[in-house]
Amino acid sequence: MSERHPRLVVLTTTIIALVLTVVPLPIWFAIVRPAFLVLTVLYWSIMTPRAGGLLLGYAGGLALDVFQGSLLGEHALALAFVTYLAIRLNLLMRAKPLFEQSLFVFAALMVYEFVLWVIDGWSGHALSTPARWVHALTGGLIWPLVVGILGRFRSSR
Amino acid sequence: MAVFGTDVDRPLYGRGPSAGLRFTVYAILSIALMYYDQHGHWVQRLHYALDATAYPVQVAVSSPRAAWNWLTENFRGRDELRAENHRLHDLVLALEMSVVRQDALEQENAELRGLRAALPPFIKQWRLAEIISVETDPLRQRVVINKGAADGVLVNQAVVDGSGVLGQVARVGPWSAEVILVTDPEHAIPVEVTRNSLRSIAVGSGSTGELLLPYLAVNSDIKSGDLLVSSGLGGVFPAGLPVARISGIRRENNQLLAQVRAQPLAHVEQDREVVLLQIEPSHPAAPAANPPIAPEAPPAAKPAPKIADPNE
Repeated sequence: MSERHPRLVVLTTTIIALVLTVVPLPIWFAIVRPAFLVLTVLYWSIMTPRAGGLLLGYAGGLALDVFQGSLLGEHALALAFVTYLAIRLNLLMRAKPLFEQSLFVFAALMVYEFVLWVIDGWSGHALSTPARWVHALTGGLIWPLVVGILGRFRSSR
Repeated sequence: MAVFGTDVDRPLYGRGPSAGLRFTVYAILSIALMYYDQHGHWVQRLHYALDATAYPVQVAVSSPRAAWNWLTENFRGRDELRAENHRLHDLVLALEMSVVRQDALEQENAELRGLRAALPPFIKQWRLAEIISVETDPLRQRVVINKGAADGVLVNQAVVDGSGVLGQVARVGPWSAEVILVTDPEHAIPVEVTRNSLRSIAVGSGSTGELLLPYLAVNSDIKSGDLLVSSGLGGVFPAGLPVARISGIRRENNQLLAQVRAQPLAHVEQDREVVLLQIEPSHPAAPAANPPIAPEAPPAAKPAPKIADPNE
């Protein structure tokens, strides 16, 4: 199934990741909760950039904007940007060992959060706490797990 | 079906519109959306429509918690329910005792203010709403409730629970509304100390259970345990709603302002239901006459400003 419908698999996993990202959690879990949506979009952009891609990142970010009540386009821009980085570097990243991939994911998540932070500042939501950066660390840490889980859905070629 | 671009069967590199070009298009689109979401009207309508489509998903996402609540509600023991019934019965008695002279006092108050008729009831209408989701972003203390424009919810409406002010409605969707809590770092509520009518502003700290009063001088007369009620200034909250109790004060000699913390009285974390208040505008405790500019209001609906004619 996954060989014939790569887009379907990508879409389904992305929607699950979106739900995991917006499901309400107690505040401490919410702080350390990795950005599942970003991780999933990054995974598909690195592994099968043709099935994932910019539109996936853009649409996923837009959906996140709607659910989180943020400025429409804020998460869309940030996610499209890191998706673009991942697509550009996908051949490089795929060849790297998992540990280096984790470092790249950490950097990408920091960039993602940085874009959000800048937009927050420009749009008048200037208040911010250091807690917003924590998820980049946990995201980088669980990247091997993401690769393990999503790798099962990927068509083996 | 071109869901993720039509490039599945094409080589990734060395073809027409590159990823960079497409990213640029998306980036421009996002920036335009953000700009018009903040300043324009039609994107806000789009946002409104998107809120409508998001509502069922929000309900679905919060359904495990709702199901758990339903289960614990339904499988409570008989003794527990009886105990609660007793407690509520006592509470009703106590509340009845405390309002037994309310009508007489209101009449007396109206006479003292020089009003002939009795005051109109303070609350014009109130409405229960259920919290369907709590803001996932730890920086933003917000909740989504299951009442929206279809139920007559308005932007800036005060939201309270049984013990105090929770916040105000920040954004209204068709069937849901986003409530910004008093503890959100972007929220500020004008308050006054009941003991001496000292007025100040309480801003959210970003963590549940704490408000900050950053604009009080070191020598201001405030003590731990003082009750803060809304002062009615600012045009959003009516006067006299309990907000918070002062929990800690730090005065340092080399600083002009005291560091005052307060604990909100509303139980943000335990609440499942909140009350939306609509205040009778002719009541003296209603918020001051200049309401904030509601972002949703179309410009045509605003009355033309009247300039006093000096010849009249």
